[in-house]
Amino acid sequence: MDKLDQLIINQLQDGFPIVDSPYRQIAEQLNITEDLLLQRLQQLLDNGILSRFGPMYHAEKMGGALTLAAVKVPEENFEQCCEVINAFPEVAHNYQRDHVLNMWFVLATETPEQITDVIRQIEQQTGLEVFNMPKVNEYFVGLKLEA
Amino acid sequence: MIVDEVDKQIILATQAGLPLVAQPYQAIAAQLDLTAEEVMQRMRIMQENGIIRRVGAVPNHYKLGYRYNGMTVWDVVDEQIDYLGQLIGQLDFVSHCYHRPRHLPEWPYNLFAMVHSKTKTGVTEKVNIISQELGEFNRQQEVLYSTRILKKTGLRIGR
Repeated sequence: MDKLDQLIINQLQDGFPIVDSPYRQIAEQLNITEDLLLQRLQQLLDNGILSRFGPMYHAEKMGGALTLAAVKVPEENFEQCCEVINAFPEVAHNYQRDHVLNMWFVLATETPEQITDVIRQIEQQTGLEVFNMPKVNEYFVGLKLEA
Repeated sequence: MIVDEVDKQIILATQAGLPLVAQPYQAIAAQLDLTAEEVMQRMRIMQENGIIRRVGAVPNHYKLGYRYNGMTVWDVVDEQIDYLGQLIGQLDFVSHCYHRPRHLPEWPYNLFAMVHSKTKTGVTEKVNIISQELGEFNRQQEVLYSTRILKKTGLRIGR
């Protein structure tokens, strides 16, 4: 990652225009060519420095549902349980954390009922109790991480 | 506002990411048999209504050097939680802040705040600031560091 990559990452965390030629507009602000911007963006996505690039949708406002859930996975079954849980397309993120509750994942579904359903399926397939922690209130979501 | 079928098609076509071509909205429009103007107009309306939180890039924290990503969790007095949540959410190093349910007795925490730092001491400093802000309303706390990203695809609908 060089200086230009850092500039691109920082700029694109601030937002991306919905206009006919948005990359050209950003490229002009960065004083580079559109082709170079597209090429760098592709590289940043390919090597995983950017995990996503595009619109971030608000699940609940689309009528869908989100929740944060955690499980206590025995160390010896960790990889296997991870595979089972990640195989659900409703699992949007999953993190290993250093706690007794050592696996934390976000479920995103089209309807609130599906959350209950997926949790039940995960409990059946893993034999683990899922601690469901849907948000009661959201105080802040955002923050840019400087590259 | 509820999304209609056309919005839903746009969501399906863009939720994995925007095309990396000079005219990305045109590319999506062609795929859905719409005009670029309609795609852009609908996306702008979705953004105004908060259905699109933002359009942009999501970096992998670790790869930017933010190796210490702590989920700080706090057991705070229920009556004060909305006030406290807003207070903590305003701190410039907190990326997400939520009220979530406790699961007693194993999980006594009801306030969650994510903090990110390039050093472990950086996280400790931030935890101390939160602790001071919460003061006597905080009964106990923990910091859960993520040790590995197991999946990060973002949300998807319409499987």
